[in-house]
Amino acid sequence: MPPVTFNTLIARNKRNSVLLILGFLVFFVIFGALIGEVWGGGDMGFRIGVPVAAAVIAFVLTLMSYYGGSSALLGISQAREMKKQDDPQLFNVIEELAIAASLPMPKIYMIESRAMNAFATGRNPQHASVAITRGLREKLTREELQGVMAHELCHVRNYDILYAMLMAVMVGTLVMLADVFLRSLWFGGATRRSRQRSSKGSGGAQIILVLIALVLAILAPLLAKIIQLALSRQREYLADAASVDLTRNPQGLASALMKLGGDSQPLEVANRATAPLYIMPPVMKNLSEKRSDIFSTHPDLKSRVERLLSLTK
Amino acid sequence: MGTWIAFGVIALLVVFAIMTYNSLVSRRVACQAAWSQIDVQLKRRYDLVPNLVETVKGYAAHERQTLEAVIAARNTAADAKGIQERAEAENMLTGALRQLFALSEAYPDLKANQNFMQLQEELTSTENRIAFSRQHYNSTCAEYNATTERFPSNVLANMFGFKKQEYFQIEDPEHRQGPQVKF
Repeated sequence: MPPVTFNTLIARNKRNSVLLILGFLVFFVIFGALIGEVWGGGDMGFRIGVPVAAAVIAFVLTLMSYYGGSSALLGISQAREMKKQDDPQLFNVIEELAIAASLPMPKIYMIESRAMNAFATGRNPQHASVAITRGLREKLTREELQGVMAHELCHVRNYDILYAMLMAVMVGTLVMLADVFLRSLWFGGATRRSRQRSSKGSGGAQIILVLIALVLAILAPLLAKIIQLALSRQREYLADAASVDLTRNPQGLASALMKLGGDSQPLEVANRATAPLYIMPPVMKNLSEKRSDIFSTHPDLKSRVERLLSLTK
Repeated sequence: MGTWIAFGVIALLVVFAIMTYNSLVSRRVACQAAWSQIDVQLKRRYDLVPNLVETVKGYAAHERQTLEAVIAARNTAADAKGIQERAEAENMLTGALRQLFALSEAYPDLKANQNFMQLQEELTSTENRIAFSRQHYNSTCAEYNATTERFPSNVLANMFGFKKQEYFQIEDPEHRQGPQVKF
């Protein structure tokens, strides 16, 4: 068995991401077509029209969030922009990584909280920002800090923020579609049209179709969420591996993660929407228990550290 | 009908050739840019050293030998020509700086001095930047070299004289060791 290098991990994670997104798209199209089928009762226009309309809505929403920018997120998190004199070491650490990755310097923000966390935001490397909490900044050594920052910069470099936006929009559209469909069934409007149109009298097939669509409409939001979270976890593993590509020092990030694991201080300003962008799922006051596997945005700490340490010889 | 197909194929080939040529050019340029980045970081180090020596002199003037060694190493490195000579001079400077910082352990006043601490951070950062820019150079080098070797881009590479670039090698095996982490 050839030794696992960070390149292997990077390739594997990228492939898994593509598979997940493709799977999602296929599901999206089939679901949309099915709904179109039920509404239109065999009318070709509906079968094609509904998925296309959904795709267009999704596209427009994506454009809106793409340009909406990171300022909203930074505002919510009460982040303060830093200059080099405020913290030369932090700037140096990030600038070194920018040299290694050949990236422009991101803007740097500080969040005054004793909780330990960091995140990156920005639609592409030219418009990127990284933020870190005071708690994390003070508890990490220079090497660990560099590991964490490398992880965040790799999110920017791999366009993970863009991925996350795309997925959020697609999931949102799917949920909306399912919702509209379920309401249409409830109020009986949809099936009337199909009864009128299907002159071939294949009433049985129609009912089965409606049932399938119904089941899917109930399950779809759940399945979509699961795929979205699986993708989020893949991207986290990818950012871990890519950070090693930059620093050539898996220990730095590994020991930072272990320090992060021991912290149970809640991060007041985080909420469900912003949680996936942080390096570790922030402990939020209203989540009483730890999330189980398929519903977490981040892979569990043990696996992340194990993967990192397997890269050290 | 046949002529149209032939036309189409030729057009496609031309487009492909142009794209490949341009990609070779971009990668070679990236390589060269990465090389000059290394120079930028080395120069940063030369500029920081005199400042450091002055600060140390204020507290440990009688450690003249070490201080002079540092200045000498720095001047040699700044004047060095050619990759081999340069690499050797840089290694010597790193060694001299290491001694200087080890020395500061004996002078608590010096260690506590704000200026000294800032310089220490800046020099650590500079050492890292030099290492990272070399790393970056090697990876752009690898990408460019792979493109010149891969089929079918190697055909164009040979046609237009795209030569492989040399990697930045480490001469001293001691430098291969990564930093040790203390928990």
